[in-house]
Amino acid sequence: MRLTISADAIRLAIPALSLTMLLAAVFWLQPRAMSYVGLNLLFNLAVPIALATIAQMLIMAVNDLDLSMGTFVSFVACVTATFLRDAPMIGALILAGVVMVYAVLGVVIHLRNLPSIVVSLGMSFVWAGLAVLLLPAPGGQAPDWVRALMTMKPPFAPMAIVVSVAIAAAAHLLVMRSSLGVLIRGVGGNERSVERAGWSVLAARAAAYGLAGFFAVLAGIALVGLTTSADANIALRYTLLSIAGVILGGGEFIGGRVSPVGAVIGALTLTLAGSFLSFLRISPDWQIGAQGAILIIVLALRLLLNRVEKREKGR
Amino acid sequence: MTIRKMLMASVAVACAAMPVSAIADTSGKKIALSNNYAGNSWRQAMLTSWNKVTGEAVKSGVVAAADAFTTAENQATEQAAQIQNMILQGYDAIVLNAASPTALNGAVKEACDAGITVVSFDGIVTEPCAWRIAVDFKEMGRSQVEYLSKKLPQGGNLLEIRGLAGVFVDDEISAGIHEGVKQFPQFKIVGSVHGDWAQDVAQKAVAGILPSLPEIAGVVTQGGDGYGAAQAIAAAKRPMPVIVMGNREDELKWWKEQKDASGYETMSVSIAPGVSTLAFWVAQQILDGKEVKKDLVVPFLRIDQANLEENLANTQAGGVANVEYTQEDAIKVIEAAK
Repeated sequence: MRLTISADAIRLAIPALSLTMLLAAVFWLQPRAMSYVGLNLLFNLAVPIALATIAQMLIMAVNDLDLSMGTFVSFVACVTATFLRDAPMIGALILAGVVMVYAVLGVVIHLRNLPSIVVSLGMSFVWAGLAVLLLPAPGGQAPDWVRALMTMKPPFAPMAIVVSVAIAAAAHLLVMRSSLGVLIRGVGGNERSVERAGWSVLAARAAAYGLAGFFAVLAGIALVGLTTSADANIALRYTLLSIAGVILGGGEFIGGRVSPVGAVIGALTLTLAGSFLSFLRISPDWQIGAQGAILIIVLALRLLLNRVEKREKGR
Repeated sequence: MTIRKMLMASVAVACAAMPVSAIADTSGKKIALSNNYAGNSWRQAMLTSWNKVTGEAVKSGVVAAADAFTTAENQATEQAAQIQNMILQGYDAIVLNAASPTALNGAVKEACDAGITVVSFDGIVTEPCAWRIAVDFKEMGRSQVEYLSKKLPQGGNLLEIRGLAGVFVDDEISAGIHEGVKQFPQFKIVGSVHGDWAQDVAQKAVAGILPSLPEIAGVVTQGGDGYGAAQAIAAAKRPMPVIVMGNREDELKWWKEQKDASGYETMSVSIAPGVSTLAFWVAQQILDGKEVKKDLVVPFLRIDQANLEENLANTQAGGVANVEYTQEDAIKVIEAAK
């Protein structure tokens, strides 16, 4: 026992390090970004992605995967830009309803022992269809309070940073500090032992899905607050971005190993990677590849550290 | 002491006033192109035109820079991030072909608030602070029927080839065609198929509907489908109707062959990809301090019997007939809107 850095701290170090490095590179390329307004412009679109990543993380915590995240967030965006503005009560009811649908999905997946990938892939078509029904042509308008919330200018730090920190803190309290969070991660880690200890795995899974639905709803609302209006295809990229964000932030596909703070950092890193490449003026043909390369480098770093971690333990 | 202070103050004022007097000069301004998609020949031609025209403009010192950016994926959220990056990069104007008419409004508003001129074209945005260079697709459809009414005063049956179902452009052109038919009631649309703006799809669709149709006098199209229609009609050994073309190279080539062989007459109409250069000049004019209305209409490119050869010669194999606009063209469009 020489250095007692916990495994969790090491897990968090990599995403934090990559974010810092990317940020330094962006500041070097574009010194203008080093300001209140600049930071907000760099990161405000990361806020909905961070929320979607937390949602995805909750589902990954119970060893499942949600492939409908992008279409669901798009659907919520459409509801926000139409019902939530024109008839706030109905809008709120719809959003509460879809959070319930998420919880029910968790129940169905658990009871029927269905693969979550298949169920969520099926649901993605449902959400996409509903979104197109709501907004056949792009349009709608963000409710004023949402717009005000997403364009507020708090003192000291820009909105994007304040909100990201708040999301990370809230998710951390919920997932790492509350007993519900421990239960959810326990289901991912060892379902059977949680069951034997007298907990209801069904309730835990439903709670995880419901919470995920809640965070995804927040993501949709936040997105509309930034864009001012919606489009049925507005957030299709979020499915893959949210999964990549969780993994980048130190989460695992199985075993209930997730990190809420890491997930938020992962979402910020992904957003920043796009800006970084754009500032570098890399041609679009290479951009997707370059984005992938950044992902692979970060994951390789993590693998390396995992190995070190294991060796330490073995000693 | 005071005199010296006053002198310094007046120098400072003069220095501060200097850029104001030079505001009409755009040689120090930077313009960026934000483009959402580059995956077809039209968009490729659009980018090539942009590079050619703006390259010369930069060289001759009209503007300091005119960089083109294309998003890797055709997604509104990604383009919104791209626009926000452009704000950080300090561009004075952003010329925009948008992935969504509404989903970029937040980013466009951020740009306007930062004092940046935003000019959208082709894929326009609804944010009121941006300029829009829109295509009058309705008129494009209507003008086809008008041409046919002159060519075939006695009227007749028409076959309509539509574009990709559910896309705004398809609805607009089709609405224009139907408006034209109302205006010239001697025509009747007897059949309508979706050709998806692709020759192979159009050929299959037309071949499928032909046996059920009476004799047709004309085919109204949306571009990228005329050659396929001609192939299908030729294969069915039916008399060749007047097929309105859409400026694609294969269509113009076929038209030229028919013209040489049998004096076949038609016309061809579409949007020139060089509209990006018109948007560039409009942005330059706005930066120059000109008063420009927020909504401008871009003229479409029409090819007639007389200038077919010239246009065909200027069109790349597999490409689209194109025009690159000049500063004078932009001034004309701006004047026309007043």
